[in-house]
Amino acid sequence: MPDSRRWVGFAVFALLIALIEWGTRTEWISPLTLPRPSDVLQTFQELYQSGLLFKHLLPSLTRLVIGAAIGVSIGIATGVLIGLFSYIRAGLSPLIAAIFPIPKIALLPLFVIWFGIDEGSKYALIAFGTFTPTVVATYGAVDNVDRSLIRMGQSFGLTWLSIVRKIVLPGAMPGILSGLRISLAIAIILLVAAEMLGAEYGIGAYILEAGSLYDLERLFVGVVILSLLGILVSAAVGRLERHLLGWRT
Amino acid sequence: MELRLDGISHSYGETEVLRDIALDIPSGRIACLVGPSGCGKSTLLRFIGGLERPAEGRILQQGEPPDGCLNPLTFVFQDFALLPWRSVRGNISLVLEDHGISGQAADAIIGDVLERTRLGDFAGALPRQLSGGMKQRVAIARALAVNPAVMLMDEPLSALDAQTRELLIDDLVSLWTRTPFTAVYVTHNLAEAVRLGHIIVVLSRRPGRIRDIVELDKPIDQRGYADPDLDATQKHLWTLMRDEARAADAELIDG
Repeated sequence: MPDSRRWVGFAVFALLIALIEWGTRTEWISPLTLPRPSDVLQTFQELYQSGLLFKHLLPSLTRLVIGAAIGVSIGIATGVLIGLFSYIRAGLSPLIAAIFPIPKIALLPLFVIWFGIDEGSKYALIAFGTFTPTVVATYGAVDNVDRSLIRMGQSFGLTWLSIVRKIVLPGAMPGILSGLRISLAIAIILLVAAEMLGAEYGIGAYILEAGSLYDLERLFVGVVILSLLGILVSAAVGRLERHLLGWRT
Repeated sequence: MELRLDGISHSYGETEVLRDIALDIPSGRIACLVGPSGCGKSTLLRFIGGLERPAEGRILQQGEPPDGCLNPLTFVFQDFALLPWRSVRGNISLVLEDHGISGQAADAIIGDVLERTRLGDFAGALPRQLSGGMKQRVAIARALAVNPAVMLMDEPLSALDAQTRELLIDDLVSLWTRTPFTAVYVTHNLAEAVRLGHIIVVLSRRPGRIRDIVELDKPIDQRGYADPDLDATQKHLWTLMRDEARAADAELIDG
């Protein structure tokens, strides 16, 4: 996005928050419907000062990073194999198509039995949820790698591994990275779901507790933290894209 | 190294594409394959390069490849086939890396081929920054880097505009004059064939057979743009090809 237009995004946010602040202050919006943004900010400050913020944030980030790392790496490997070998494609692509639409949250009780109520089931849920979109994005990207480049590699006698590493993977990188954006957003959604069962600390647990107490300020603090996390992750992928795909522009 | 094609025939399903091709390609010469579209000339090149196998016949390599040859049969493609994420230098080092050539040894080879193709100032450029002609020079430099016994050039100039094509013909001529190489050069452009070919092989339309083999004695560095000495040969080639080309053209309309 050009720098000159970035302020529009901030302006939309600011306008929306100002509108809600004004609405709640004039009681045009009932406090039961939406919390006042300034109260949310204050609750956030209290959370930060009590030191609880990082107590919730750290386990969540750990789960997010470990779960997504497992799901994305297995997903890329599987996607490359499906993209390269017709037998693996014939065997696995119907399976992937079958598990893609399953709401992974529905499987959480099952994962609790399989991997334990502790961290295991949380990693598994996030990993499984990021795996399928990564696979689909990766094999689509591998399919789109210019065949003439692969033919060139073969004609120069490059080894199979070199062709994959130096031609297929970099060529598929744009598609893999745009898949990564989607996978990581799904990972954040599933993080909250995973923390619904057997988590004392974590942003999800915090939101869930606030929700059951109908504490809207704290609920919104949690939601804002997730949004910020989403923006942060998307910015990180953007940096990665600029670094890895600098050759495109 | 010389190549001998011995009775090459091939069909794709019901469609017979090549019939009984026998041809010698002597060392240090450029052999041009010309013919109407769909005559199987690119298929023949893929057979020579070992990317595909003909149904019948053999391709024999006679003699040893030159010293330091990394890839005896090396292609130059019409679409350049450069990796867009690698610089000019990186695209050339790609074909050296698998042979364990890196560091100074690679720099020496890359420097040499860039100098021969007059690309010295562009080593760090990315393909998207280069014109079509420059891209094909990079692809030629990459092919030279593996010191091939035979260069297999598949319509290398067909994606370029007429002026760039003339410039690259001059470049190829001076490249060959400095260090003669063996090449099989597929083209549908007769002007290119008479400028670059020591031997011009005319194929008929499908199934491709050898109609005629024309040898040109005039040294290629003495042939010029619109050279009157080449006119007769080009006319002769066109006479051979005209009816074939017309028939091939009509074939597409008939479906």
